[in-house]
Amino acid sequence: MSRRIKRLSLCLAALLLLSVLSGCHGSRGLPAFEIPASFDDGRPIEITFWAKNDTNKTQTTIYNRAIEGFEKRYPNVHVSIRLYTDYGKIYNDVITNISTGTTPNVCITYPDHIATYLTGSNVVTPLDALFADPAYGFGGSELRFDGPDADEMIGKFLDECLIGGEHYAVPFMRSTEACYVNVTMLESLGYELPETLTWDFVWEVSDKAAEKDADGVYLANGQKTMIPFIYKSTDNMMIQSLAQRGAGYSTADGEVLLFGEETEKILNDVAAHTATGAFSTFKISSYPGNFLNAGQCLFAIDSTAGATWMGSHAPHADISPDKFVEFETAVLPIPQADPAHPKMISQGPSVCIFNKADPQAVLASWLFVQYLLTDEVQIAYAQTEGYIPVTRKAQESAEYRDYLSRAGEEGELYYDVKIAATKLLLDNIENTFVTPVFNGSASLRDAAGQLIENTAKSVRRKETVDDAYYAKLYDDVRSLYRLDQLGGRGAAAGRETFGPLPATSVCLLSGIAAVWIAMGAFLLADRLRKKKSARK
Amino acid sequence: MKKILALVLVMLFVLPLAAACKKDDASKPDVKGEGVMTHAEYIAAALDTQVIIETYVQAKQSWWEDKATVYTQDKDGAYFLYNMACSEADYAKLTPGTKIKVTGYKSEWAGEVEIIDATFEIEDGNFVAPALDVTALLGTDTLIDHQNEFVSFKGMTVVASKGADGNEAPFLYSWDGSGEDGSDLYFNVSLGGNTYTFTVESYLCDASTAVYAAVKNLQIGDKIDMEGFLYWYEGVNPHITSVKAAG
Repeated sequence: MSRRIKRLSLCLAALLLLSVLSGCHGSRGLPAFEIPASFDDGRPIEITFWAKNDTNKTQTTIYNRAIEGFEKRYPNVHVSIRLYTDYGKIYNDVITNISTGTTPNVCITYPDHIATYLTGSNVVTPLDALFADPAYGFGGSELRFDGPDADEMIGKFLDECLIGGEHYAVPFMRSTEACYVNVTMLESLGYELPETLTWDFVWEVSDKAAEKDADGVYLANGQKTMIPFIYKSTDNMMIQSLAQRGAGYSTADGEVLLFGEETEKILNDVAAHTATGAFSTFKISSYPGNFLNAGQCLFAIDSTAGATWMGSHAPHADISPDKFVEFETAVLPIPQADPAHPKMISQGPSVCIFNKADPQAVLASWLFVQYLLTDEVQIAYAQTEGYIPVTRKAQESAEYRDYLSRAGEEGELYYDVKIAATKLLLDNIENTFVTPVFNGSASLRDAAGQLIENTAKSVRRKETVDDAYYAKLYDDVRSLYRLDQLGGRGAAAGRETFGPLPATSVCLLSGIAAVWIAMGAFLLADRLRKKKSARK
Repeated sequence: MKKILALVLVMLFVLPLAAACKKDDASKPDVKGEGVMTHAEYIAAALDTQVIIETYVQAKQSWWEDKATVYTQDKDGAYFLYNMACSEADYAKLTPGTKIKVTGYKSEWAGEVEIIDATFEIEDGNFVAPALDVTALLGTDTLIDHQNEFVSFKGMTVVASKGADGNEAPFLYSWDGSGEDGSDLYFNVSLGGNTYTFTVESYLCDASTAVYAAVKNLQIGDKIDMEGFLYWYEGVNPHITSVKAAG
């Protein structure tokens, strides 16, 4: 080999090494998961499951029973559970553990959070191939339990787990928000309960219920404490109000539309009725159920998954028994802007699977996730609160239909307010919606709630709430949640289009091409020269 | 020689003065800076109004995303600072006794009166409050006057807590037994026929602390003395920081 070729080879090797190194940078993640040909039950497999419960012993018992049932069918798999009561804490722990490669195998989560997890390379397992696998997918031939077939999953709920066109989770339970109404108090104020609540009605009655006598005693309840209308989740309040008005919140690819005209109208309502003492929030005052059950609230909006804490005879309570008052509770959909076209949020836990170096651990995780979708787990868990099962198989089962028909019977299981909340969602599945999921959508959701919280707090503090106030509020919230960095960055992290190559990459690739061309040219010239010499 | 003598005399004069000043930190009444409320003025202030106080850190409960939750107290009463703006570096400086000036809003959440949306600056001064024995005030209307103070309870008896599964235990992980090791601990103690629920708040005292271990070792019928902070959640809900056999 001539010196020239050696030099060229050295250059080429250096360029190749550089390209390999630059390829390594930023892609230290695991290789993409590939489904093993068969499940290996000949060696122990450990999986960890980070689960969320509503501080509810029955729910933790159901998780443990599910693990037992699963391990009986797959004796070589051991599932360790870690319990959380807060989605935010799970999210924070997952983020911390992604950087150390110690994520759980299976995790209860929200799709908004998964969008952030996807910023890493192959961190979360895409599930479509697993769904469709003939042996281990939905209704697969090798499953050792009676799970749902693909067409037995409620499609609307499954679609909520789509991120950038791929499923990264499966729904576990679904709930929505409900307005729990003290009908006795409502009627004592001279109103009748309408079939559908409107915002105008709720504001009007709440203002009325906020009236006091000269001694500061509320006329509606004869007590010194009264918050007629309390909203638990103000991010949902803003999101649903905007959706009902047909106003923007965000586009599918992450463009923020939150700070529009309709938002200001919603905040004006919040400000006006905070000023009359008609409205407050969970973050400002406390749990809506505590006030409702003490006869200190008329309209309490909370999740249907909080139904066991609502009503005169709520099985769960934070207030002492002597504070309870007797009243009739109605469970209605949240107030609507257009009663003919009701809109309400779909929420509730979903389950994702983290990718691991051992594909058998991922497959075992997927089998466990499917086990959580069996009727046994779905029906038992749904009965703990106003949740509904996410499979048609469970919803249509005789056992579940029997449960729904027994509202009001003796015992916590048949608590009427809880079953009314469940039926509310079952009757309104088609009226539910979710917001677009993208990297940063969790921050946007927080920002939506913060607008309401700040406005209500400012009114209580006698600050002036006007156009200038909103302009500053929007700036502050944009900055706090870094919303200016979100705008239209692609539908989902990990599924982004990457755009044109950076200049350094273009140079590198051009260099490689140039070297190959030069080597080819040199060899060709050398061969021609040899041919010429031979002819001589 | 004269210089040495002068120095000795100065030292003899200054040292006792410094010692007296130090002693005064605990024994002298608080003198508030200009524009700073006394504790009585703070108590009298309406909810949702701005308050400016000077107080001393007694215990730190949590720090997350530049927000700190802290129990503080001056010589006249306590102030609970919820989610106060605080960098991680400043949080490290908030040791028991540290004097801080706080500007925030008086607020109430589920019966707990607290200061929210607050900022603070560290000042010179140091005070650690002794535990006030409020055993005799349990069940009375005057207990709330000591809300958030560092207090003690003497000679109370552990009684059974019933979890959601119906089982009785000396303590529960979380309010209904749904938690696990590391969760808040709930336990019942009685005195004079009345039963009260006390808590080991896991952010204030996590599973590695002596009090957490002590509560896990309680048996029904044990007679115990406790110290902690007089937190409120829909009624009195002390956050316990120490438990030992009744003396």
